[in-house]
Amino acid sequence: MNFDFSDEQLALKDEARKFLAAKCPPDRVRKLMDEDSPGFDPELWAQVAEQGWLGAAIPEEHGGLGLGYLELCCIAEELGRAVAPVPFASTVYFFAEALLRAGTAEQKAKYLPQVVTGEIIGTIASAEQAGPVSAANINAEVSGGKLNGVKMPVTDGVVAHHAVVLAKEGGKPTLYIVDLNGPGVSREAVNTIDRSREAARVEFKDAPVERLGEVGDGLALFEAINDRAAVLISFEQVGGADMCLEMAKNYALDRFAFGRQIGGYQAIKHRLADMYAKNVLARGNAYYGAWALNSDAPELPIAAAGARISASDAYWFAARENVQVHGGMGFTWEVDCHLHYRRSRQLGLVAGSARSWKHRLVTMLERRNAA
Amino acid sequence: MDFNDTPEEAEYRAKVRAWLEENAPRGVKGASLGDEDESQMDACKAWQAKKAAAGYAQIRWPKEWGGGGGTTIQSVIFAQEESRMGVQLGGPFAIGLGMCIPTVMATADDETKKRFVGPAVRGETIWCQLFSEPAGGSDVAAIRTRAIKDESSVDENGDFDWVINGQKIWTSGAHYADYGIVLVRTDPDAVKHKGLTMFWIDMKSPGIECKNIHQMSGARGFNEVFFTDVRVKDSQRLGALNDGWNVSIITLMNERASVGGGGGARGGGALKALQVAQKIRDENGDPLSNNTTVREKIAEHYVRAEGLRFTGMRSLTALSQGKTPGPEQSVSKLVQASAMQDLADFMVDLQDQAGIIRDPAHAVENADFQEMFLGTPGGRIAGGTDEILRNIIAERVLGLPGEIRVDKNIPFKDLPTGR
Ligand SMILES: Cc1cc2nc3c(=O)[nH]c(=O)nc-3n(C[C@H](O)[C@H](O)[C@H](O)COP(=O)(O)OP(=O)(O)OC[C@H]3O[C@@H](n4cnc5c(N)ncnc54)[C@H](O)[C@@H]3O)c2cc1C
Ligand SMILES: Cc1cc2nc3c(=O)[nH]c(=O)nc-3n(C[C@H](O)[C@H](O)[C@H](O)COP(=O)(O)OP(=O)(O)OC[C@H]3O[C@@H](n4cnc5c(N)ncnc54)[C@H](O)[C@@H]3O)c2cc1C
Repeated sequence: MNFDFSDEQLALKDEARKFLAAKCPPDRVRKLMDEDSPGFDPELWAQVAEQGWLGAAIPEEHGGLGLGYLELCCIAEELGRAVAPVPFASTVYFFAEALLRAGTAEQKAKYLPQVVTGEIIGTIASAEQAGPVSAANINAEVSGGKLNGVKMPVTDGVVAHHAVVLAKEGGKPTLYIVDLNGPGVSREAVNTIDRSREAARVEFKDAPVERLGEVGDGLALFEAINDRAAVLISFEQVGGADMCLEMAKNYALDRFAFGRQIGGYQAIKHRLADMYAKNVLARGNAYYGAWALNSDAPELPIAAAGARISASDAYWFAARENVQVHGGMGFTWEVDCHLHYRRSRQLGLVAGSARSWKHRLVTMLERRNAA
Repeated sequence: MDFNDTPEEAEYRAKVRAWLEENAPRGVKGASLGDEDESQMDACKAWQAKKAAAGYAQIRWPKEWGGGGGTTIQSVIFAQEESRMGVQLGGPFAIGLGMCIPTVMATADDETKKRFVGPAVRGETIWCQLFSEPAGGSDVAAIRTRAIKDESSVDENGDFDWVINGQKIWTSGAHYADYGIVLVRTDPDAVKHKGLTMFWIDMKSPGIECKNIHQMSGARGFNEVFFTDVRVKDSQRLGALNDGWNVSIITLMNERASVGGGGGARGGGALKALQVAQKIRDENGDPLSNNTTVREKIAEHYVRAEGLRFTGMRSLTALSQGKTPGPEQSVSKLVQASAMQDLADFMVDLQDQAGIIRDPAHAVENADFQEMFLGTPGGRIAGGTDEILRNIIAERVLGLPGEIRVDKNIPFKDLPTGR
C-alpha cells in the first residue's frame, strides 16, 4: 500500500501552483467576471494548452502526454485553488473522457489531438431541467441522424466547439457528438451563480449528430464518465477548500477586534479547525478516488461517490465560512471570498448534486450488501 | 499511489490470517476501553500472551523488548485481520502499551525498562494513567496531588521516599491495574507547568484506595484514586524532577500518534446501519432504507468513516516511507467521537418507539446502538475534549493565537480555583 502521490507528481503540482499564481491571480478572475460575456479567459486557455495539461492523461498516440490520471488530479487541485476561468473540466474531464471511454478509433483520432492543443473546446450537455439527469428527465430526441431538443445549463456551452449530448433514440438514451457551430444549433448565454464559468442554453433543431457508443448505452456511459469527472472535480474542490482555509486563517491573523486578533477567539478558531477536519476527510476520499480512477478499479463508482460527497461538503463549508470570517469585507465584490463561494456551488452541482450522489452511493452499497 | 497490498504485504496478510484462523478465540465478547468487563480479563490476558509468543503483540517494537520487530504497516495489517475476525480483546492493555510503557521507555533506566516492558507486552501486567484530578482534566497542569520529599528516608545509595497525598479521578482501569504512571506536584512555589513530576507507581502500594465510579452508561470503567501517605522511591521517577509536564507530553503524544485506520472497518457503522434500515418498515410498509433522508444520512456516515480510514492510510504511508506524517491525523479522534454519537442517535431514531429498548432480548441488533448511544458521550471527553482538540488543531496546525492565559507567571499556590 502506498497512499500518496509520488515526488514527481508533487513536483508537477508545485509547478502548476506557481504557474497559476503568476498567470491566474484572483484579480484577473474577478475582472473577467465584470465583463459582459464573462466566464472564459482565452489567453489563460492558450497558456494551459501550452503547458500540455489538456493532454496530461490523453495517450501519446492521440497527441497527449500520456502521464496518467494521478498527474491530472494534481493539476485539477491547482486549477480549483486558483478558481481558473477556463473550460478545463468540460473539455478534459467530460468531453475527452467520453471519447476515450466510448469513441471509435476514428472519433478519437478526429478530436483528441485538437483537444490536446486547445483548438477544440468540448463540453457535455446532459441536463434539460431542474432535477437529476435520468431517463425520465431526457426529452432531447434523435431520429434519422438529426437531434431536436434543448439542453440547459451547458457549462462552457457558449465557447465550446463540440458537445457530447445525451438524448434518446427510439426511446433509448444514447450519447452523440454535436458540432455546436454546425447547422441546427443555436445557443445563448445564461447567467449563473458562478460568473467565472459561463453556461449556455443550447437549442437543437434538426442538428446533425455523430453517435458515440451504442444506442441505448447512453445513461451507463454518462454515469461512467460522470464517475471519472467526479473524482477529478473533487480535486478542484479540495484545492478550493484548502485555499479558503488559508485565506480565512490569514485574515484571522491580520484582523483585530476587541483588542486582539480575531483568530484568537474560539468561535473563529474552532470553525477553522472544523474546516481543516472536513478538508482532511475530503482529501482522503479524493485520494481513494484518484487511485480507483488511475487503476480503473472496480471500486471506482463507490470511490467517486465518496470523493464527490466529501469534497462538495468540504468546499461549500470552507467557502461559506471563509466569507463569514471576513466579516463585512467578505461580502464585497473586491475581496476574493465570493469567487470560492460561487465556484464551490458550481462544482458541487456540475457533475450532479450531493443529494443525488448520496442516493447513488447507497444504491451501490445496497448492491454490495446483497452480494 | 497504490491502494492494494504489495506482494510482501499480501504475503504477511496471508500468514497472519492463517495464524488467526488457527489461534483466535471464537465467540468471546470482547472488552472495550473504559468499560472492561472483568470476567473477560482472563480471555484478554490469554490472547495477549499468545500474540506476544508469536511476535504479534506490539509488532512495531524491537524483539529485545518483547515486540515483533516488524513494521508499522505489518501492525496495521494484523489489526485489520484481528478486527475482521471479530476479536476485540486488547482493551485492558491499550493504556499501558499505548501510553504508559512508551513513557517508561522514553524516560526510565535500562533496569526499569527490563522489569516492565516485557511483562506488559505479554499481558501479564496492566497499567493505568493517573493524570486527571477533580481540579483539572483539560487543564492537567492544574493538578494538586502533592509529593513531598521525606528527608529522613535517604538511603546509602542516595535514593529516598516521596510521600504522596491527594486524589486522582477518571482513572480508567485503576481497579484492576498493577501499575500506573502518576503526575504529582513537587513544587507549588513554581508556576504551574514547572512544578510537576512523573513517577511510576505500584497500585498495590499502601495508602492507595480505589473507588469505582459508576458511569452514565452503567459501566464502571473508571475510578477515583485516593492517595494517603503513599510512598514512592525517587528512583521511580520518570524524567527529571519538576519536568513532569514535558514527560506528560510524551505520554499524550503517544496517545495521539497511535495511527488510526488500523482496525477501522470499511464505512464504519454505515453498512450495518443500512442493513438495519432495510429491515425496518416505514409508514407505507416499505423498507426505511428507501427513505431519502435515511439514505442521505447513511451516505454521510459512510463517507466520513471512509475519509478517516483513508486519512489513517496517508499517515501510515508516510510512516512506512520513513517520513514524518503530516498533521492530518490530528482530526481523527475529534471527527470519530462525534460521528459515533451521531450514528447512534440516528440509529435509535430509525427504530421509532422501539428505539428506547435496551434489553438485548427485545432490541434491534442486541441493543448495540442503545449501548453506543449511552457510551459515546465519553468519547468526546476522554483523551482530550472536542474543544481542546479544536484548540490544538487551530493553534498547532493552523498557527492561530493561543488562549489568553491568566495563570502565567504566577506561582501555582497563588492561582485562583473554582469548584
Ligand atoms: C449587507 C451589510 C450591510 C451593512 N450595513 C451597515 C450600515 O448600514 N451601517 C453600518 O454602520 N454598518 C453596516 N454594516 C457593517 C456590519 O455591521 C459589520 O460588517 C459587522 O458588524 C461586522 O464587522 P466587520 O465587518 O468589521 O467584521 P469583524 O468585526 O472584523 O469580524 C470578522 C469576523 O470575526 C468575528 N469576530 C469579531 N469579534 C469577535 C469576537 N469577539 N468573538 C468571536 N468572533 C468575533 C466576526 O463574527 C466575523 O466573523 C453592514 C454589513 C453588511 C454585510
Ligand atoms: C471515559 C473516560 C475515561 C477517562 N480515562 C482517564 C484515564 O485513564 N486517566 C486520566 O488521567 N484521565 C482520564 N479521563 C479524564 C479525561 O482526560 C478528562 O475528563 C478530560 O481531559 C476533561 O477534563 P475534565 O473532565 O476535568 O473536564 P474540564 O476540563 O473541566 O472541561 C469541562 C468542559 O469545559 C471545556 N473546556 C475546558 N477548558 C477549555 C478551554 N480552554 N477552551 C474551551 N473549552 C474548555 C471542556 O472541553 C469541557 O467541555 C477519562 C475520561 C473519560 C470520560
